[in-house]
Amino acid sequence: MNGLLSLLILLPTAGALAILFLPREKTGPIKALATAVAGLTFFASLPLWFARGFRESAGFLFREDLSWIPSLGVRYSLGVDGIAALLILLTTLLSVISIYASYTAVKTREKEYYIFLLLLETGMIGVFCALDFFLFYVFWEVMLVPMYFLIGVWGGPRKLYAAIKFFLYTLFGSVIMLVGIIALYFFNTTGFLWWKGLGNAPTFDILHFHAIAPQIPADLQLWLFWAFFLGFAIKVPMFPFHTWLPDAHVEAPTAGSVILAGVLLKMGTYGFLRFSLPIFPSAASTRWVQLTVVVLAIVGILYGSLVAMVQKDIKKLVAYSSVAHLGFVMLGFFALNNAGMQGGVLQSINHGLSTGGLFLLVGIIYERRHTRQIADFGGLSQVMPIYATLFMIIALASLGLPLLNGFVGEFTILVGAFLADWKWALFAGVGVILGAAYLLWLYQRVFFGELKHEENKGLQDVNLREVLTLAPLIVCCVWIGVYPKPFFAMTAPASAKIVAALDAAKGAPPALSAALSAAPAAPVPSATAVLPAAAALPEAAPRGN
Amino acid sequence: MALPFPLSDLLVILPELILSELALGILLWAAVVKRERERALAWASLASLAIAAALLPVAASFAGELPRSAFGGMIALDGFSLFFKALTLLAAAVTILFSLRFVGTSPYPGGEYYALLLLTTVGMMFMASGTHLVSIYVALELMALSQYVLAGYFKQETKSVEAAAKYFVLGAFSSGVLLYGLSLVYGATGTLSLGGVSAALEAAPRSTLLMVGVVLVACGMLFKVASAPFHVWAPDVYEGAPTPVSAFFAVGPKLAAYAIFARIFFDGFGPRSDDWAPVLAASAALTMVVGNVGALMQTNVKRLLGYSSIGHAGYALLGLLAYRAGGAAGQPEAFGLWAILFYLTAYLLMTFGAFGLVVLLEAKGYATESVDDFNGLWKRNPLAAGAMVVFLLSLAGIPPTAGFVGKYLLFSAALKAGWPALVVLGVLMSAVSLFYYFRIVRAMYLVDGEGEVRWREEPAVAVAVGLCFAGTLAFGVLPQPLIALAKSCLLP
Repeated sequence: MNGLLSLLILLPTAGALAILFLPREKTGPIKALATAVAGLTFFASLPLWFARGFRESAGFLFREDLSWIPSLGVRYSLGVDGIAALLILLTTLLSVISIYASYTAVKTREKEYYIFLLLLETGMIGVFCALDFFLFYVFWEVMLVPMYFLIGVWGGPRKLYAAIKFFLYTLFGSVIMLVGIIALYFFNTTGFLWWKGLGNAPTFDILHFHAIAPQIPADLQLWLFWAFFLGFAIKVPMFPFHTWLPDAHVEAPTAGSVILAGVLLKMGTYGFLRFSLPIFPSAASTRWVQLTVVVLAIVGILYGSLVAMVQKDIKKLVAYSSVAHLGFVMLGFFALNNAGMQGGVLQSINHGLSTGGLFLLVGIIYERRHTRQIADFGGLSQVMPIYATLFMIIALASLGLPLLNGFVGEFTILVGAFLADWKWALFAGVGVILGAAYLLWLYQRVFFGELKHEENKGLQDVNLREVLTLAPLIVCCVWIGVYPKPFFAMTAPASAKIVAALDAAKGAPPALSAALSAAPAAPVPSATAVLPAAAALPEAAPRGN
Repeated sequence: MALPFPLSDLLVILPELILSELALGILLWAAVVKRERERALAWASLASLAIAAALLPVAASFAGELPRSAFGGMIALDGFSLFFKALTLLAAAVTILFSLRFVGTSPYPGGEYYALLLLTTVGMMFMASGTHLVSIYVALELMALSQYVLAGYFKQETKSVEAAAKYFVLGAFSSGVLLYGLSLVYGATGTLSLGGVSAALEAAPRSTLLMVGVVLVACGMLFKVASAPFHVWAPDVYEGAPTPVSAFFAVGPKLAAYAIFARIFFDGFGPRSDDWAPVLAASAALTMVVGNVGALMQTNVKRLLGYSSIGHAGYALLGLLAYRAGGAAGQPEAFGLWAILFYLTAYLLMTFGAFGLVVLLEAKGYATESVDDFNGLWKRNPLAAGAMVVFLLSLAGIPPTAGFVGKYLLFSAALKAGWPALVVLGVLMSAVSLFYYFRIVRAMYLVDGEGEVRWREEPAVAVAVGLCFAGTLAFGVLPQPLIALAKSCLLP
């Protein structure tokens, strides 16, 4: 089905343009139209789920390719693999949910609000579809503008500060990445500085760069890896680039936080999967590079969890929990093996579902009480039993209870980390325990105990619309928790391809490690060849120490 | 009496000739026209610019094979000069549209204003064509002298007069420096034609005399494009001059200055690029930092745009540094040069757009001054606020705007030419620039409360801004036609 991706990109923009021509007072039709457009986009994206090609090969489907700026070799080139398809589905789902959830939360300047949300959706889908570096960068940047307005106009008391901080942090990372993109472009053609180029025709085709990855010299790979790393690590965000996140999350309106946590952070992790790992495999699998990233990821897990524990504001607590969750994702990726990669991708989705859900829940209580301080609550389960139940489910999903999605993701990541180095898994395991601690403690303080505050006694329980926004998330959480196979199946070929590229760069025979499926990515490159060999031939001489 | 040049040489400068005649005609007409009929002068000036623009292709076709040299190598007509001439004519036309009411409601007669604007345009057109250091200098002075007067045109306004005085003193000083540098170059090479200088430089050994001459010429040029450390006049002049004139100063003279900068340094001093490149590189780095950091603290919109234009001069210098980058071995493609051509076009569109909105929105009877005047503009005039956002995004280099593509081209050219540190500095500074550009966005959309600005009913300015808006977006989404055009208009 050709043109599907363009349709997904254009639909929200078309909706935004239509809203532009509605009179500002008619908020009813504006909301209805925005929801309808987002819903339509979601249904239009469903073919991505049912496409069988993703489960069979790592190739890119739904390709579109048009000439755009021939002088530079820029093309309007779209296509998705299983990972991108899953992220697009997450995007369209969270978009419609966050638009539907904003009906009562946003009471000023509704028209612009829904326009910006729809434009944001266009940008996000575009990022996941683009197979041309230039196009990717355009979407990557364009998306910052509506988010800036969402935080800055409809945000909390410190919105002005949070909005520009978000924009500047991301921009600093992206412009460095842009330099990396330019350098890569020149390397592919005639070369630049002291790197002699490959002499190919000028192109920004991402798949072409995947193909020439082995030809990129190791030192250039290192430079470019770090240039891209900066762009993506700020977006993820990894410790120590995370400081924009709590501000942006706390000040953003509920829908903004949901989108921010659910999708925008995933662009960073997606960037690692699509660019950093496959295009610079030898840099990524260099021992000290891998160690640096893993250490940052583990620090992020532990630091994020510990800081979350001491928060007094529920939303800020959830924001810091994001830092920890994304640390897990990065740990999974940089275990550089199949289990870690698969777990990381799944955990990206899980985080979008459960953290998105938590932000929705925080928004619901904030709308009623206009406070998010933990100390202002207590005993809420007596007056809002349904709300308490929903919160419990999502919180358990987030902290990784078996049979809910978080468990599957974290467990798979821990397996991957363990195969790479048992110490990494040990530290990350501590993070899992901390995650349970801060969420359960939060739950205890907010929902149990006695109703101390007079204002809380008359609180309304959730209404049907609010349940409807949460229901799809909970269904997905349970689905992934009980039967994750379709999700793994969808991302397996794509992540296996990335791991194969990494293994090839390390010098291990790719065929063998693919056969072993979750082949241990041995920490020391020289040992890589030995480990699988030792597994295959028991009589081989053991490694020296 | 025989002319010292073939008569057909006059056809090469036909647009300039006709435009000067028309400018003088308008000056004469201004002496007799009634005050309330002055608007006719503006339309006549616009028509003159249109005639000159229409004559450009005529001149090109009469000149035959391009590049065509005329007047014994003083003037050349080539794609490069045609591109710049078209841009200057556009800049002058937009400035006239901006000025209509501004001059009309001021207590000063408008006739000389339009005549001076046309004459300065003639100067800029000659600058684009000059291939001889003397013709370049004369054209430069024609442009500059008209501008000094324009800067102080509202002679009762203290600020305006102060701006003019500053501009004049510093401008005259820098012209002196430039001239002195040219004389040293003449002393070292024995010729003033760019081709001759280039040939002499290839042959002659390196000499102190020549080095000093080249550096002094560079200093003079850096002053003209408002690059650090010769930039201090720019914010003061932009703030003090009448707003349409500031807009013109931020664009027109810079375009022409970049044209002669490129021509002198590539065609003339090209063989010695290893010597002058470090000077330009240092200035580019300093300019990007000074312009963008200086803009951070500005609360006056015109000063803010003034500092931002300094920052942009720094980016454009990257293109000059990279002029020969991009081709295969031995086949220079002049990537840097066409990047500059694209970038300057984008710069014209977005700078005029932003200044145009400043003209269009008035506070307390004057053009907007303070950033706070923009507070809450989205509510009263969503269209103007939206257009301003696009211009500011373009200035900051965020896609999908012409400013992004332009910056992208400049930075790629510089990286290709081997200036990675400057490129990294440039992209970081362009991220910094977002902060101050978005102070205006913040005022328009995020800050509650009411600013002072009112929408001025002025269709001419609105049309000009609309054109800039369309261009900024169109060349951002579909840059290919402009890139192709720029690539076909390089130095021979």
